[in-house]
Amino acid sequence: MQELIKRAKELLEDGTVARVLGWKAGDLPYNPEPAYFDSTESLADFVYNGFCGANLSKYLIEASKLEGKTLVCLKPCDTYSFNQLLKEHRIDRDKAYVIGVGCKGKLDIERIRKMGIKGIEQISGAEMEDAADTLTISTIYGERSCKFADAMLERCHVCKGKEHQVYDELIGESKETKDADRFAEVARIEAMTPEEKFAFFQKELSKCIRCNACRNVCPACSCRKCVFDSNKFDSAQKANVDSFEEKMFHIIRAFHVAGRCTDCGECSRVCPQGIPLHLFNRKFIKDIDEFYGEYQAGMDVNAQSPLTDFTFGDVEPGIVGERG
Amino acid sequence: MYKIAKENLTALFRLIAGAQELYLPVKTADQVNFGAWSEDAEVDLDTLKSVKSPKDAFFPQSENLYTCRKDGKKISIEPEALKEQNFVIFGMKACDVRGVEVLDKVFLADPVDTFYAARRDHGTIVSMACHEPEESCFCKVFGIDCAEPAADVATWMVADQLYWKPLTEKGEALTKIVESVLEAADNADEKSVEEEKAAIRGIVEKLPYSNLSLGGWNGEVLTEKFDSALWEELYKPCLACGTCTFVCPTCQCYDIKDYDTGHGVQRYRCWDSCMYSDFTMMAHGNNRTSQMQRFRQRFMHKLVYFPANNDGMYSCVGCGRCVEKCPAALNIVKVIKAFEKQGGEKA
Repeated sequence: MQELIKRAKELLEDGTVARVLGWKAGDLPYNPEPAYFDSTESLADFVYNGFCGANLSKYLIEASKLEGKTLVCLKPCDTYSFNQLLKEHRIDRDKAYVIGVGCKGKLDIERIRKMGIKGIEQISGAEMEDAADTLTISTIYGERSCKFADAMLERCHVCKGKEHQVYDELIGESKETKDADRFAEVARIEAMTPEEKFAFFQKELSKCIRCNACRNVCPACSCRKCVFDSNKFDSAQKANVDSFEEKMFHIIRAFHVAGRCTDCGECSRVCPQGIPLHLFNRKFIKDIDEFYGEYQAGMDVNAQSPLTDFTFGDVEPGIVGERG
Repeated sequence: MYKIAKENLTALFRLIAGAQELYLPVKTADQVNFGAWSEDAEVDLDTLKSVKSPKDAFFPQSENLYTCRKDGKKISIEPEALKEQNFVIFGMKACDVRGVEVLDKVFLADPVDTFYAARRDHGTIVSMACHEPEESCFCKVFGIDCAEPAADVATWMVADQLYWKPLTEKGEALTKIVESVLEAADNADEKSVEEEKAAIRGIVEKLPYSNLSLGGWNGEVLTEKFDSALWEELYKPCLACGTCTFVCPTCQCYDIKDYDTGHGVQRYRCWDSCMYSDFTMMAHGNNRTSQMQRFRQRFMHKLVYFPANNDGMYSCVGCGRCVEKCPAALNIVKVIKAFEKQGGEKA
């Protein structure tokens, strides 16, 4: 982290960048927030640790409109989102100075809470430099510990790899944290009967409070005006009398980001109700892989997206009926 | 005071549910929220905070107001019936009970909101002391004692006993319904409840936010706070989602909308969020045109406008849900601290 701060100071001082987009230390051990730093003094609050899960790519849509370059800290998985936003002309490459920051997996405070750990005062082992595989957590109710891997975000268990897809320079070591099959859960749901599938999603989506956090955090959801923010339809952003709307919201969103979703996992990270929203997107990714060949959105800015490309080898639409 | 063994709580719930509707913390798909009791509901009294506050019991996220139906040239209007059945909401925490008092100030003031008033009339609140408060809690800052919650009936879970203390007429009436499963508490029981209260208060003293200062926040500081340059900095990471407002026990803004049923209109109201772009939109457009303004609105409402209109009462109760749930790790505590820090630097 010190190296990162040092470099950020240099780039601010020599005028290469006008501001730094990173994370600011929170007031609890686990709540750093995305933040802009305009001066070398303000970097005193800069932090980069295991709780910096937030993907900063989407903030660049606004930062691209500002004067001068923005130094942005991107983890390997965040760089896929950055590339996808570039491809969609939503951000300006010339306005960004990308520092690819090392990542050894990011932590999910909700998972720690689910272990019954509460009254948290300190968490050690979450610092980036630390190679600890155990977190030591001091709480009002005594000292607790847990494995780093058990407290990781779901997305880190299916990590896309430690390589940054785009960067101006790299700082810090990364580690592959993959220990699960990305499509295992999708396959498990595919194997369900239609009734079981419906019951599964009904149970999960019935928790939705229509806070729109999944949409607002999603780098693929970058429409200037979302259809769900329109007053012209019965689809406005708030709750409806009809619980069907929650399902419609999530299904439409999944369709709209299909082929563009990089599987960054932010939707599931931010959901206050712990809905595994990434499963919708991952189902589309799995189908796209099977129908059109393996494709990872955000890997190559110049690659043609399978859903906006036509080849004679494409599957016929009837495949949906045949597969059941 | 009465008591009932923890293992007999199902009998208690069955008895209440036999007489009235019963809502309590229920775990569904791994998350605890207030929901209707049923024999197969997974009741969870150990999780301190439900994701959503229990305010839905009195002010549902979405509710129908009336339905219009068009049949040829005939138009009929059917108002939605008011709540007529009694119900019990069990397991509310002290902060959430105060949250209802905040809502009362809005909905029971003239003109009275009849939908809300009907639910308040028919609802009996059974609160529960917070056995193990958490680091995101700051109810003490608002003068709330989570060891001794207000309500119609207050309860304490101590080891394997639930202690039950009716505090109002409604509470006495509910106690009558369930008295067959309650035992009278003796002096030793009174003592263990007092010990539990002392233990809870001891923990509250240790919480990191318990000494948060509200100095400088009151109904008089409107212009000074409104014009502060700090908002421009503070709002920056805000995603403009409605999480903070929808998990909040005191957020009370709602929107009224029409749903086209194909053969008429269903007019309903649903929670609104000051974080949303069409919040309080009027015919001329919207008077808050940036996210900074919308972000500022939320905290000004809780800490300045509400106290200005309600004898100094803040419309935050320190439940800490926003602290836990904001996707960008923003919250009212950080706002209060940022202003305090700035004030300190000035002086």
